[in-house]
Amino acid sequence: MALDSKTTQDVMQFKVVGTRPLRPDGIDKVTGRARFGADISAPGMLTGLVLRSPHAHARIKSIDTSAAEAMEGVHAVVTRRDFPERDLDEGTADVLDNCMAGDKVLYDGHALAAVAASSTHIARKALKAIKVDYEPLDHVTDVDAAIQPGAPVLHQGRANESVPEGASPNIMARYEFGHGDIEAGLAQADRVLERSYKTEATHQGYIEPHACLAQMGPDGQADLWCCTQGHYMVRNTCAEILGLAQGQLRVTASEIGGGFGGKTTVFLEPVALMLAKKTQRPVKMVMSRSEVLRATGPTASSSVDMRIGMTKEGIITGAFAELRYQGGAYPGSPVDMGAMSAFAPYDLEHVKTIGWDIVTNRPKAAAYRAPGAPMAAFAVESAIDELAKGFGLDPLEVRLRNAAREGTRASYGPTYPAIGLEATLRRAKDHPHWSAPLGPNQGRGVACGFWFNFGGDTCVSLNVTPDGTVTVSEGNPDIGGSRASMSMMAAEELGIPYEKVRTIVADTGSLGQNEVTDGSRVTFAVGLATIKAARAAKAEMCKRVAQVWGIDEDAVEWKDGAAHPAGPNAGTHPPMTLAEIAAIASNTGGPIAGHCEANPEGAGVSFATHMVDTEVDPDTGAVKILRYTVFQDAGKAVHPAYVEGQFQGGATQGIGWALNEAYIYGEDGLLQNAGFLDYRIPVASDLPMIDAVILEIPNPGHPYGVRGVGETSIVPPLAAVANAVSEAAGVRMASLPMSPPKVLKAIRDS
Amino acid sequence: MVQVTIWGSLSDFTEGAREVEVDAANLRELLDGLAQRYPGLKPQLERGVSVSIDGRIYNDSWFQPIQPDSEVVLLARLKGG
Repeated sequence: MALDSKTTQDVMQFKVVGTRPLRPDGIDKVTGRARFGADISAPGMLTGLVLRSPHAHARIKSIDTSAAEAMEGVHAVVTRRDFPERDLDEGTADVLDNCMAGDKVLYDGHALAAVAASSTHIARKALKAIKVDYEPLDHVTDVDAAIQPGAPVLHQGRANESVPEGASPNIMARYEFGHGDIEAGLAQADRVLERSYKTEATHQGYIEPHACLAQMGPDGQADLWCCTQGHYMVRNTCAEILGLAQGQLRVTASEIGGGFGGKTTVFLEPVALMLAKKTQRPVKMVMSRSEVLRATGPTASSSVDMRIGMTKEGIITGAFAELRYQGGAYPGSPVDMGAMSAFAPYDLEHVKTIGWDIVTNRPKAAAYRAPGAPMAAFAVESAIDELAKGFGLDPLEVRLRNAAREGTRASYGPTYPAIGLEATLRRAKDHPHWSAPLGPNQGRGVACGFWFNFGGDTCVSLNVTPDGTVTVSEGNPDIGGSRASMSMMAAEELGIPYEKVRTIVADTGSLGQNEVTDGSRVTFAVGLATIKAARAAKAEMCKRVAQVWGIDEDAVEWKDGAAHPAGPNAGTHPPMTLAEIAAIASNTGGPIAGHCEANPEGAGVSFATHMVDTEVDPDTGAVKILRYTVFQDAGKAVHPAYVEGQFQGGATQGIGWALNEAYIYGEDGLLQNAGFLDYRIPVASDLPMIDAVILEIPNPGHPYGVRGVGETSIVPPLAAVANAVSEAAGVRMASLPMSPPKVLKAIRDS
Repeated sequence: MVQVTIWGSLSDFTEGAREVEVDAANLRELLDGLAQRYPGLKPQLERGVSVSIDGRIYNDSWFQPIQPDSEVVLLARLKGG
């Protein structure tokens, strides 16, 4: 359902939307008052800790917990045997197995037991007292090695029906998209580029480790506080795993210190609830950074083979990509998204992608901003860049010549409505950054990116208080400024100042089902619901005023924060403001509220173009980012500062992915760099100020024209940086991360 | 009848056809019709799909109307981060 297909932006003069008010969480976060997952506590609370596998792959022959259980101060030990045997769907069964291993441990750091004790010290000693008899098995962590004949097999017989007979048992699924005749298309090219590309697994790198506090009474009523991108998802998943009624488990989302997709599933929460059930005491669990890196979701690593043909005029005649993504130890890598999005920015007559979902002995991949798309874009945008520069063509002009536009049949199937790719390219071409001079050992790269965006179940309750202020309750944790955005849209719709509205994130007992904060959905979907809720409240206020004035409801209209008489028969009445109406609500029918429960769909797709200058030190291979500009279509930027922040954050994470970040496994299959000293994310001193250029091509599926902005910004930077580094180094870089040793080797080998 | 474009690897279950026809006036009828006419698609339909109808993407809304001349494209179920 598209809740409101009419784009009113053309005729609407925004008063609040598009401004930059102070963020509502700012003071709390800079003063330490904000309560994150690890800040929650309860009387009588126990500490929960997890025992994790020291092997990359092993059969669990036995677990002896008796010594740990006998220790003073240890209140409970749980293993997989404590979880009820339930008929779970495959996805939830994998989530449970990832939270608490069954017959096998599948990666270094896989959880297989947990303790609840009266102190962290005792809990640590108890973990050491648990005796596990492992049968180590051969392991594989590389995506290409995993599908070689004779590779260790993680799950026998789990491939779905799309996988051809005789394929590697580590292949879980196959996807194919595209149209036309690839060979015919490539035959029309003046040059066909064939090249392979690799990217490493990277972590979402959120600053706040996973944390939760669980308690459960003897009546089965349970409460859980946790940092998550979706507390309704946490509720539903935990209830399913533990056999609880969803309505008996109330989950409250804490303030969140970053998620980026990595907090769209559960890791500790079912374990904490099981410990709380066994102990009948509150149990708090907080991961260490090492646990976060070893056992929570990185994104997939990838290996992509590309064939792409181009005429000397820069027209792409055919494009083919075969993508292999490993999603860790369970099915579900985002290769389907990679295969759909790879060529989405371009208008191609002949295009085809094949995606293979592969398992390895690594942690279960979790979503990461635009899951699957950045790796595909790295390959596609690198190849286009190489071809364009090979013909001596302007890489931006080549992208413009091939750009998808309204009416283009997308590489993944549908015909595009109005989209903003061409606008981002033209703005990039006209920007001073594009014509700025470069120095020695410097290079400039550009790349485009695409993401889908979607809606999903959403509830909003908007309440008018007796003094005329307004509260908005939403069910989505605020990871990117949604409290500000919802307050702004409510204020815009009601015609009152932003400062009169406060938005809170309600617990699972207070609203109906809400989809996770993901898919760049919140400003779009929750925004729609907020607007609808505000409109319902306005209608109710007009009705109350009609009663007061003794006229028909139709003869009252809402404008500028007040009810006005409208039409020739309405009479003359002084306008009644929202505050005046609120003050007499008890006399006119009781409290005034508006609410909306819906599943808004029809979100618009989003495009971006990134431009970056780099300098490569030819003696060390070190790369410096000199200048970076993001051009992205936001539909309508509700709070431009937050939108810029999303652009800058995506670019920054992409720069880390391109230059330094990687999961490094030893021959033993163990993670070698499970800490931020060795897993190098970009910090402020690594980066210039990232310029953000917001374009506003309205989404026809939203009344204000809003599109999601949170994910598209991480799609282009891998390729943009690689194109810049390749130009600066004088050698094509087709493998990420472009760490100094790798760049230096490429220079010396060239 | 509505013409539905499916992605390439699903054509193994539609006798090789990339475009199939289903009698459907809304999303629910479309998905039911596909499963009935091509039982091999059932596992994927049960795992979940997204559907583009005239350029807009829908995941769950059974009663989203589909016109006979609508452009309908089956997509892998969208994920997000």
